[in-house]
Amino acid sequence: MSTAAASVTTDRQFQASAKTGADTNAPVRIAVKGLNFYYGHFHGLKNIDLNFHDRQVTALIGPSGCGKSTLLRTFNRIYSLYPEQRAEGQILLDGMNILDPKIDLNDLRARVGMVFQKPTPFPMSIYDNVAFGIRLYEKLGKSDLDDRVETSLRKAALWDEVKDKLKQSGMGLSGGQQQRLCIARTVAQRPDVILFDEPTSALDPISTGRIEELIEQLRDEFTIAIVTHNMQQAARISQFTAFMYLGELVEVGPTDRLFMNPTERRTQDYITGRFG
Amino acid sequence: MPALTETIVLARTRATAARKGPSKNLDTLFRACAYGAALLVLIVLAGILSAIIYGGLPAFQQFGLGFLTSSAWNVGTEQYGALVAVTGTLISALLALAIGVPISLGIAIYLTQLCPNWARKPVAMTIELLAAVPSIIYGMWGLFIFAPLFARFIEIPVSNIVEGLPIIGTVLYARIPSGVGVLTAGIILAIMIVPFVASIARDMIDQIPTIMRESAYGVGCTTWEVVRFVLIRHASVSIIGAIMLGLGRALGETMAVTFVVGNANRLSASIFDPGSTIASRIANEFNEADGMQLNALMALGCILFVITFIVLVAARILTRRVRVG
Repeated sequence: MSTAAASVTTDRQFQASAKTGADTNAPVRIAVKGLNFYYGHFHGLKNIDLNFHDRQVTALIGPSGCGKSTLLRTFNRIYSLYPEQRAEGQILLDGMNILDPKIDLNDLRARVGMVFQKPTPFPMSIYDNVAFGIRLYEKLGKSDLDDRVETSLRKAALWDEVKDKLKQSGMGLSGGQQQRLCIARTVAQRPDVILFDEPTSALDPISTGRIEELIEQLRDEFTIAIVTHNMQQAARISQFTAFMYLGELVEVGPTDRLFMNPTERRTQDYITGRFG
Repeated sequence: MPALTETIVLARTRATAARKGPSKNLDTLFRACAYGAALLVLIVLAGILSAIIYGGLPAFQQFGLGFLTSSAWNVGTEQYGALVAVTGTLISALLALAIGVPISLGIAIYLTQLCPNWARKPVAMTIELLAAVPSIIYGMWGLFIFAPLFARFIEIPVSNIVEGLPIIGTVLYARIPSGVGVLTAGIILAIMIVPFVASIARDMIDQIPTIMRESAYGVGCTTWEVVRFVLIRHASVSIIGAIMLGLGRALGETMAVTFVVGNANRLSASIFDPGSTIASRIANEFNEADGMQLNALMALGCILFVITFIVLVAARILTRRVRVG
């Protein structure tokens, strides 16, 4: 896994690795309109306009501190935990403005799942980790719950590895398995959107590969937004890529086009490793 | 590269330069001091233990196991038993935990999750200040201020309500509503252990990575659910440790308890009634005791030692189990 600075990769490599073309006609699930974000007095996001399409993977790339994680963290309003952080503008999730103060944050977060930089299994059994989010919102019978847990673990490509130890603690799994457990936990809630905040940054290359495959598969069902430091990763798994720099959205477009024919000078400089 | 060779030469000359001073001997002395300091603790502990056991042995020999099950404490007839003091100790300490632990966890959760940043320091400081209050002050305050109010506003009304009811009419009935008793001791002890348990629990909850908390909120948990299912469980090992520390303190606390426990050698089913604890009994009688009474007090000391030791071991076992599971 190369860093931005070390990866002077040719356009052809990017082209070869992007598996599925972007569907620009896919309906828009999340529409960001004139979004500004502030950490106290610091202006973290400047006038962002961006669409996320249904069942497409949209990657947010850019150097550290460019605001890509900040943007991702507005979609489930997780920033609301911190009183000094605030957002202005509109974020429409299926037409509903989620920045509206009246919105029910708990419901929103069940609709917009999030997977974090590091695996965060809860201190409970593997089964309970997956069932936890379901139980918060639905009253399922034992067999229905069992089914849903199994389906979710299968979708997260973890079932075969854990089916004999569902009662064991989730903390005892390897890092890659823990991250897939977190994905299973998110999937189990049947969200509309899944946010990935650098999901592989704490994982080894093999685990990273598995998570990437998984994201490809999850695209059949969910709208996905992923923040990544790794441009090859963006190229491999996303259909759309947005390049951000210093709190601004510089350029967004189908991944193939953005990596091969960036229209902005800054995008070109970044993806060819001239800064980062 | 002449500069580099010069540096290397310089480094060599430095390395071979002789050290000054009698460092070898000083180092040996230093090691011996450290060993001695560590050894001293063991010696003192062994000394105390053997002295108590030696002092208590006659009582154990005379009364045998009956010492543990007898509720007598009669200086005139030289009949002694530990039951009242042991029950008083255990019940007052458990009451202290029952009252103090929920409050401590509430404080810890408030401080780490809900408190606005500017208020965090002052609130935490105030709570830690409680730990700095000498126990004699708690005792005085408990006896002269808290107990009369407690009798007037809690014991008398509650006794009137529960009188005649089964079980609860016994446990919460004050025959002489004086305000002092086992429950009063438990409440005062609770106030004394809160700062310890709260500040350890707060530190432990603070140490849980932010990302864990965010991901719990991220699946749509309310604050209560985040705290109940994720944070408390995550810190459960250390919280059990903190509770055990509080229990240890409650078991051995002497001065404050002696003031408010009532110092009666009576086995009562009511927590409003006066009783005594091991520590309060020893503090009350040690000055004038001799002969078998002194031996009996020493034996009580042994029992207190064993109880605290069991608490410590239980804490170890519990924390180990939680860590594995």
